[in-house]
Amino acid sequence: MSIVDTAKSAAQGVVQGVMSKLVPLAPDSWIPGGTPDPLIRHQHGLIGTEVSRLDGPLKVRGAARFAAEVPLDNLTYAALVFSTIARGRIATLDTTAAEAAPGVVLVMTHRNAPQMNAPALFGTSATACGASNLPVMQDDSIHWNGQPVALVLAETQDQADHAASLIAVGYAAEPSVTAFADAKAKGKERGLFFGQPLENIVGDAEAALAKAPHSIDRTYRTPRHAHNAIEPHAATIAWDGDTLLLHDTTQMVSSEAATVADIFGIAADQVRVISPYVGGGFGAKGLWDHQILGAAAARVAGRPVRIALSREGVYRIVGGRTLTEQRVALGAEPDGRFTALIHDGTVAMTPHNNMPEPFILGTRSGYAADSFKLSVDTVTMNMMANTFMRAPGESVGTFALESAIDELADELGIDPIALRIRNEPTKDPLSGLPFSSRHLVAAWRAGAERFGWDARPAVPGSRREGEWLVGFGCAAATYPYYRMPGAAARITLTRDGEALIEVAAHEMGMGTTTTTAMVAAERLGLPIERITVRYGDSIIPGTIMAGGSQQTAAIGAAVIAAHRALVAELLKLAGNDSPLAGLSPDEVGSEDGGLTRIDDATRRESYASILGRAQRDTVVVAEQASPPLEQMHWSMHSYGAMFCEARVNAVTGETRIARFLGSFDTGRILNHKTARSQFRGGIIMGLGMALMEETQFDERNGRIMNPSLAEYHLPVHADVPDIDVIWTDIADPHTPMGAHGIGEIGITGVAAAVANAVHNATGRRVRDLPITLDKLL
Amino acid sequence: MNPFRYARADDAADAVALVTAGGTAAFLGGGTNLVDLMRETVARPDSLVDVSGLSDEITETDTGGLLIGAAVRNTALAGHLAVRTRYPLLSRAILGGASAQIRNMATVGGNILQRTRCTYFYDTAGSRCNKRDPGAGCDAIDGFNRIHAILDASPECVATNPSDMCVALAALDATVHIRSLGGARTIAFTDLHRTPGETPEYDTVLEPGDLIVAVELPALPFSAQSTYRKVRDRASYAFALVSVAAALDVQDGRVRDVRLALGGVAHRPWRAWKAEAALRGAPATAQSYRDAADAELADARPLSDNGFKIELARRTIVAVLTELAGPDGEAA
Repeated sequence: MSIVDTAKSAAQGVVQGVMSKLVPLAPDSWIPGGTPDPLIRHQHGLIGTEVSRLDGPLKVRGAARFAAEVPLDNLTYAALVFSTIARGRIATLDTTAAEAAPGVVLVMTHRNAPQMNAPALFGTSATACGASNLPVMQDDSIHWNGQPVALVLAETQDQADHAASLIAVGYAAEPSVTAFADAKAKGKERGLFFGQPLENIVGDAEAALAKAPHSIDRTYRTPRHAHNAIEPHAATIAWDGDTLLLHDTTQMVSSEAATVADIFGIAADQVRVISPYVGGGFGAKGLWDHQILGAAAARVAGRPVRIALSREGVYRIVGGRTLTEQRVALGAEPDGRFTALIHDGTVAMTPHNNMPEPFILGTRSGYAADSFKLSVDTVTMNMMANTFMRAPGESVGTFALESAIDELADELGIDPIALRIRNEPTKDPLSGLPFSSRHLVAAWRAGAERFGWDARPAVPGSRREGEWLVGFGCAAATYPYYRMPGAAARITLTRDGEALIEVAAHEMGMGTTTTTAMVAAERLGLPIERITVRYGDSIIPGTIMAGGSQQTAAIGAAVIAAHRALVAELLKLAGNDSPLAGLSPDEVGSEDGGLTRIDDATRRESYASILGRAQRDTVVVAEQASPPLEQMHWSMHSYGAMFCEARVNAVTGETRIARFLGSFDTGRILNHKTARSQFRGGIIMGLGMALMEETQFDERNGRIMNPSLAEYHLPVHADVPDIDVIWTDIADPHTPMGAHGIGEIGITGVAAAVANAVHNATGRRVRDLPITLDKLL
Repeated sequence: MNPFRYARADDAADAVALVTAGGTAAFLGGGTNLVDLMRETVARPDSLVDVSGLSDEITETDTGGLLIGAAVRNTALAGHLAVRTRYPLLSRAILGGASAQIRNMATVGGNILQRTRCTYFYDTAGSRCNKRDPGAGCDAIDGFNRIHAILDASPECVATNPSDMCVALAALDATVHIRSLGGARTIAFTDLHRTPGETPEYDTVLEPGDLIVAVELPALPFSAQSTYRKVRDRASYAFALVSVAAALDVQDGRVRDVRLALGGVAHRPWRAWKAEAALRGAPATAQSYRDAADAELADARPLSDNGFKIELARRTIVAVLTELAGPDGEAA
């Protein structure tokens, strides 16, 4: 096993052992990030400025072509029929009327679907990304209410939808578990997250809790949440012989190509996944049944297929965030120092997936305490496979933990910010690793000042303006710095000083391509106008998932590696007639369209000159990023301090958020404009979680009853207040560009800040999301 | 969606003739509810007769009221000067509903005839519903029923009428003008919608072929002192959990007259006759408002998830009347 493979495995938790012992002890200089990225010191480029999204004009004009808009000749349109029971068998299936309906090309069911392998579950190999490992339409068995049981292909979408409504399915139901209480009664198992048990024990926390002079012990609940990206899932799919082309909307082009190839029993390079634009991902845009069924139908029909899920279709076959029931118990000395930190509880999942909502992740390095007892238990239900949703774990975990800290602060009579700062750890409380960059206290202080925390009503329920009770609340936000293994970048430099950067990454609207161009421009010493970024295509080398807020770091590290290879190649081409002759790649950097000796700017030569003398039009290099060992050497996280002013109507119980502030410590901010939007987007999603989002899962039959944007409430503009965003902008010396990914941290801590503000406004503590008015009447 | 034919009516007589020509035709207004129901295959008309081009005027009546054509768009009605000044509760009710885009499409006739709201009603594939399939059973009674009825529901149906506009029309003693093959007739607005009883498939008393051509508002001098308050789960684009439309006439510290209707509580817009009776002649005090609300809600029956609506309705009635009475109990 190469070091790269070992690191990959270790980072995925498959093999920990040796690496996890050696890497923490290794000298910093052996570790990626051990020497600060030179770009951290650069202060003259675009990094740290406001750059508008390069794809913005395309999207405003409607010229960005999404997966459901790709034109193909001879295209057919797919519609799905979903099961209406949670578990059992298809007893009768009448497709006659559908087959006779106008425009119908194919009706596919388990009777005529091609044989396909079951998807490999996410994380079980470097590229496996199945959300579930159930075989797709291979037999008559039903595993969740909403499972696809038939697919219709027709000449138009309307014809397909109509024909699908004519299919009659009868079921033989079998005993199922669709109520959480029943699932718990059947027994729990300790959750495994990427193979590692979700459990941390330090000392005897229960005994410490019992002895603590002050304590609280509470249960918090969060409901199921459904994915509602503005672009519903869609794919346009064509076979060319045994080669499959998938125009998809996905966060994982390379992994998806590999997993789909396995499903159809073909080589990985026989599947190409293209996904230039993703209309929102949030963890949902992975591999689900529809791409597999669309590809199967295209093969059977011998024609290309467009499969665009209806909004209801997304609710039926794309998993969401599962429900959680969390206990947080805190023991404290009179001065507020934590003696016990207990965070455990239960989540629901399925027999066919591997995603326990890991709500203790943020707790693991949040606070110092004498003892810890952290765990996540799972129970299984007959339901659609739950999946990642923005900050899986931290989003709901911070609701419980940060609410409980607020309750303890109340109990102790200590300001909630002061209580948090009192328990600020100096090193990772569980692993003992040093923090790579932790300036949460600075974020608290800056946020408190800007928000005007001093004006917080000292007594809950004491400030009233007309019918409105006013309260302030705060909570800490946190999300890890991740960098997944396998990233690569290819750089093509032309003689006239243009560079093409190719990364198998994704643009989901957050500005990845823009930031990549900014960073590459600075790294290569070229103006941003001379940089082209190609991405979102599985034929580009490497694997870069748009998940875990890691894309920016992964791309950054890959471009560092490729740039170093480019410098080496250019030095070779420069030869002995160059002012750079005799220098090694480590002595040379890129600046002003050429290479310059780092400590002697007089020794330089332009790219044009080097390539011209070498009689080359282009230089092409491709390189893998360093293995992400930094994550095992330091404790690496992003932080934030969230502040909320809530107004609760004393008559009706309606909660309205008057203002919100996020004060972040997330390394160096690369693009201030897109970063602010991303933080705000996360906060808005958090407000939805706090106040209104809830998937209505009917526990009698496991059916989701509000599969529409009319009945599943998300914040509308009128619900979104002025959201202020500030950041420390302190570079993490151990990451590419000093930056952290910021896609997910914005949602964390929000629900707790809201709940704490509601408590401050009313004196009522809501521990059961969402905070709807009936809970405050 | 099932395939259907489409025809545009030239006038009311033409529309009625087209829709009664056989099959399962339906009138089409703005389509903001009917087309939704067709997409979900809840409604399966074989043809649509478009009446959105008919009677889109708002005119003064001889008796000082307003005659509102059924094809008037919701946005136009809410913005009409006479409505804003003389019937502000109606303008506010309309603006409290749906979104600007939907209000631009929706017609007055279509808004009145939108179907009751219940997620089990919409789930044609997976849920039982007596309204959609008489005799099939009701999955809402023991299911998710937070938005459902607390007044006059039946074991067959617990759905609520979702319209905001209708709550104001119920309060205002509006009259509905109907055209049918048999000629023209009028119905009091409060007699138009039904309680579900044993036949929840019928939302209104209209017969097949009945076309609403206009709504008439009588003169009501004190309706200038009126409002609509909608309580919901988010600030916009959500159905009312409870809403209150009210007009109040206070003289010398006593309630001389009042109009009060509730939304979100029943299968139909709910005129609060009992509360009105209790209020007339009573002192304009919070206690009177509470007593009136209690009188109206005495027969309220909660389901598993919606018991809060009783207290919410009580509080909202009191708050609205208090607001209308002004700080000194004196309506201006």
